[in-house]
Amino acid sequence: MPFPLLTSIIFLPLLGGLLILFTPKERTGTIKAIATAATGLALLLAVALVLKFDCGNTAMQFSEKMPWINAGQMNVNYHLGVDGISIGLVFLSALLGFFACIGSYGIKERQKEYYFLYLLLNTGLLGTFLALDLFLFYVFWEIVLVPMYFLIGIWGGPRKEYAAIKFFIYTLAGSVFMLLSILALYFTSNPHTFSMLELANSGSTLARGFQIALFVGFYLAFAIKVPVFPFHTWLPDAHVEAPTPISVLLAGVLLKMGGYGFFRISFPILKDAAIYFALPFAILGLINIVYGAFVAMAQTDFKKMVAYSSVSHMGFVMLGLASMTVTGFNGALMQMFNHGVITGGMFLLVGVLYDRAHTRDLDKFGGLGVKMPVYAGILTVFTLASLGLPGLSGFVSEFMSLMGGFAAFRLITIISVLGMVITAGYFLYMIQRVLLGPFNQKWSNITDISRREVFTLAPLMTLMIAIGVYPLLILNFQSPAIINLIQHIGGKLF
Amino acid sequence: MVKYAHLIPLFPFMAFAINIFFGRRLKKASAFVSIAASSIALLIAAVTFIGNSNGEGSYSVVKWVFLNGVPLDFGVTIDPLTCMMLLVVTIVGTLIQIYSMGYMHDDARFSRFFAYMSLFMGSMLGLLLADNFVMLYIFWEGVGLCSYLLISFWFEKPAAAKAGMKAFITTRIGDTGLLIGILLLFFSTKTLYFRDLAGLAINDTTITAVGILIFCGAIGKSAQFPLHVWLPDAMEGPTPVSALIHAATMVAAGVYLIARCYGLFISHHAALVTVAYVGAITAFMAASIALVNNDIKRILAYSTISQLGLMMLGLGVGGLEAGTFHLMTHAFFKALLFLCAGSIIHSIHVDDDPAIHTQDIRKMGGLFPKMRITGTTFIIAGLAIAGIPPLSGFWSKDELLSEIINTGHPVLFAVASLTSLMTAFYIFRLIFLVLFGKMRPGVRVHESPYVMTVPLSVLAVFSVVAGFFRPMRPDFLTMGVSTAVAVIGIGLAYSFYILNNKILSADIRSRFAFLYRLLSNKYYIDEIYEAVFIKPCFRIAESAARFDLGVVDGAVNLTARISVVASKIQSWFDLYIVDGIVNMIANITWLCSAIFRRLQTGLVQNYILIAFFGLAIIILIKLIGG
Repeated sequence: MPFPLLTSIIFLPLLGGLLILFTPKERTGTIKAIATAATGLALLLAVALVLKFDCGNTAMQFSEKMPWINAGQMNVNYHLGVDGISIGLVFLSALLGFFACIGSYGIKERQKEYYFLYLLLNTGLLGTFLALDLFLFYVFWEIVLVPMYFLIGIWGGPRKEYAAIKFFIYTLAGSVFMLLSILALYFTSNPHTFSMLELANSGSTLARGFQIALFVGFYLAFAIKVPVFPFHTWLPDAHVEAPTPISVLLAGVLLKMGGYGFFRISFPILKDAAIYFALPFAILGLINIVYGAFVAMAQTDFKKMVAYSSVSHMGFVMLGLASMTVTGFNGALMQMFNHGVITGGMFLLVGVLYDRAHTRDLDKFGGLGVKMPVYAGILTVFTLASLGLPGLSGFVSEFMSLMGGFAAFRLITIISVLGMVITAGYFLYMIQRVLLGPFNQKWSNITDISRREVFTLAPLMTLMIAIGVYPLLILNFQSPAIINLIQHIGGKLF
Repeated sequence: MVKYAHLIPLFPFMAFAINIFFGRRLKKASAFVSIAASSIALLIAAVTFIGNSNGEGSYSVVKWVFLNGVPLDFGVTIDPLTCMMLLVVTIVGTLIQIYSMGYMHDDARFSRFFAYMSLFMGSMLGLLLADNFVMLYIFWEGVGLCSYLLISFWFEKPAAAKAGMKAFITTRIGDTGLLIGILLLFFSTKTLYFRDLAGLAINDTTITAVGILIFCGAIGKSAQFPLHVWLPDAMEGPTPVSALIHAATMVAAGVYLIARCYGLFISHHAALVTVAYVGAITAFMAASIALVNNDIKRILAYSTISQLGLMMLGLGVGGLEAGTFHLMTHAFFKALLFLCAGSIIHSIHVDDDPAIHTQDIRKMGGLFPKMRITGTTFIIAGLAIAGIPPLSGFWSKDELLSEIINTGHPVLFAVASLTSLMTAFYIFRLIFLVLFGKMRPGVRVHESPYVMTVPLSVLAVFSVVAGFFRPMRPDFLTMGVSTAVAVIGIGLAYSFYILNNKILSADIRSRFAFLYRLLSNKYYIDEIYEAVFIKPCFRIAESAARFDLGVVDGAVNLTARISVVASKIQSWFDLYIVDGIVNMIANITWLCSAIFRRLQTGLVQNYILIAFFGLAIIILIKLIGG
């Protein structure tokens, strides 16, 4: 049997978590070391995975399959695999998992529980992107909920209970409908199967009306996660209350579960429904982009602004998906990766400021560029990436999503492009309020960003610039799989 | 020999990286890093120029992205236009960076300044070399970024911070047009390469729309009406920046873009006409504002807008060569004008002005004897822009005018001539007020150091001779007109500001008070934008946020509350009805048992008594029934 690479990536964090459970809670140094080692090893393995990945091969790679629950009617397999669609997200999860872990060193209370839950969360996230069996997928999907609930509810801000419960119930409500759809798929397949790959081949035989019903079920679960308007309001609350590293994972990885669900489940299995829903997808994408940008503009809380900017950015994913073109799909998938890197970094940067100032009110800062030149430089770079400046990664994916969108929905795409002016507006307005202008003497004791903080941001910046300058770096991985998917759905080979 | 052209932007980018990471350690040496990089770029540009004149051309460099499954290669365009622009940008850029060593000498963020300057140089050169729209767009936004960073370089000043943001957002409005144009072009023609533009269908509606959308980008970048509002405010940046980015090079990128896409414009009449008229309106409007402004840099900024308008006008009537020729000569003399202004601002000291280094021309005057090099070069540049032969501006302006009249546009010719008249007037109003007349009390001034005056002198030489870089096509009619116009303009300025020491007689003032107010308020365009676009935008944002909190999130919370109420009702039902029935049955049972329990007293007498009564009743029933 070959080395179970994917299993190791998924369960290394959990293994670390179990070790932590057996560590006395006073030994916080050891606990941090275990957590860092576990996420670090997972990242190393993810890097190995990326290096050994065969870009030209559109089939599932590093597959692991064994029967799990085989009793009576049940036919559940422990089935993992990675392809061009998931590899970027797996890498992203491992990457942010490691650096947000380092970013967690500032957490001082109940560290043992924190790191255990944090590692459990990582296992859930990684598993979601690697599972190829719907049942297994559902298990990982739900595993994510529990630690997230506690991480927000215990280590969060003033309204943490409200935010945690809102997050938990909102997403759980969505997953219930997904479970219904999963069961429906299982019982209509012959022989009964939870295998995504087999269902992708048999799903198209279902009647269109039935497909549409199932699609809606999945949609509710995924759209809440993305989040798509009007299911997005849990996000700003969760972000504002969550501690910084959790915000990073929330924006960076957790939101991608929804988009990934569309790519892996909704679109390949229920392709007639996907085509049926193309226009609504485009319209929702447009609403996310423009509406999210406007709401972000009105925010005075730094974190809330970034949260709404996420809503806006994820609109490009919807638009790209709606286009049913290779370029649009590539843009959408890439946008998820880029958004994870950029917004993950943004939340780290908000955290850096919050740790020093203990406020996130944008109007309370001013002129910090004088006292924090390095921070100002880094924040400016991330902001520029966020507002889609060419040469940085966000531009490439937004451009490709728009290009795909333009092929299918001209007017909607044009309005989306205009939304980018608003995006530039609120981001630069933020920069002006925080970094520029006369120095606010209130912050005369503020210190510049520390080495540890730069260390967590540097790799993200490197990725942002590398992909922005040379997008084939990521396109080479995903493009063959995307072409395969589009051929399967019957979209345009743009 | 052109095969190294793609390396041209690389050196400034390397200089940027070095200065941004090691700037604090390099300190003043960072200037040399940037200047060295620009000089190397200049050398390669020269080599490329020679190679191109030997007939070597464009080539592709690297695969960049897949669009519709087809790889998009990034390559470089090598043609006379690019080569000329490369030389202009590297020459002017290098000189301005040398000048900046003096100008920025005491600035706390000295190395940061040179880092940004190099980033700009790299992006600008990349923009010129781009062989397709995506690559162009990338560098296009790159120079926009540098513009933003350098305008708000002194970000402690609120005005500078605001101006940077205004510049970025205003140009981005144009850029979205460009982006949509690029998308539309790609989907209607399947190409993004400039080399394919000449072969497109003629007077096709969609392609015309593409042309106008591309022009939108140029309107933003080249500060054409109605997106010109950012450029005067951009003067908040350091003066070398104004010279390099906001006069000589970046703002000319819009003109360059139109020239680069000329194959498309020339075959789509409506698009071309749009360019001409927008250019004409801009040229006239900006020149008229410059007539009454009192800020030395803003006058030059409006002058730049106006001259860019003239270039657009030239391109719009079909004068590709005339427009780009003026672009080149303008780069030299306008950079020179700005650097002269910078030299004055740098060295002037006014006692009662809070800004210390004033930019108000009413406070200057009589500076010529104290600043002979700056003064002389300033006058040379003034003569060049006014169009006095045989300086460079004369030749290029003459070619523009000749192109306009010869293509049958008498109205546009009149506008252009009037603009030239105003140009000669306002530039010499500036010169007379600043350099001549009496020095104001409380003003101290000295000549700038050599590191600043040498670049001035070199640029002055270029401003004189640049007109001869092109074979002349003398057109004596327009030569006469343009010389006459220039002389009249200068003469008017002379009579207003030298002969008659009062700036404007009270009589004229009162008669044209309305016009004066209109011009000095810049046609109220900023105020209109504030009221029509900016405020509503914030209002929409606030309503959207309120809607989000109230309605969307309100619905979520309402759902939650309904669920809670429903569950309370259910729990009541459960408690009182469901459980109530259970308890009722229990209670009834208990009640019954409570009654029957009383029978079980455990006393034998009671049992006998009951048995006796029972027997009695049975007997009674038997007797009655019997």
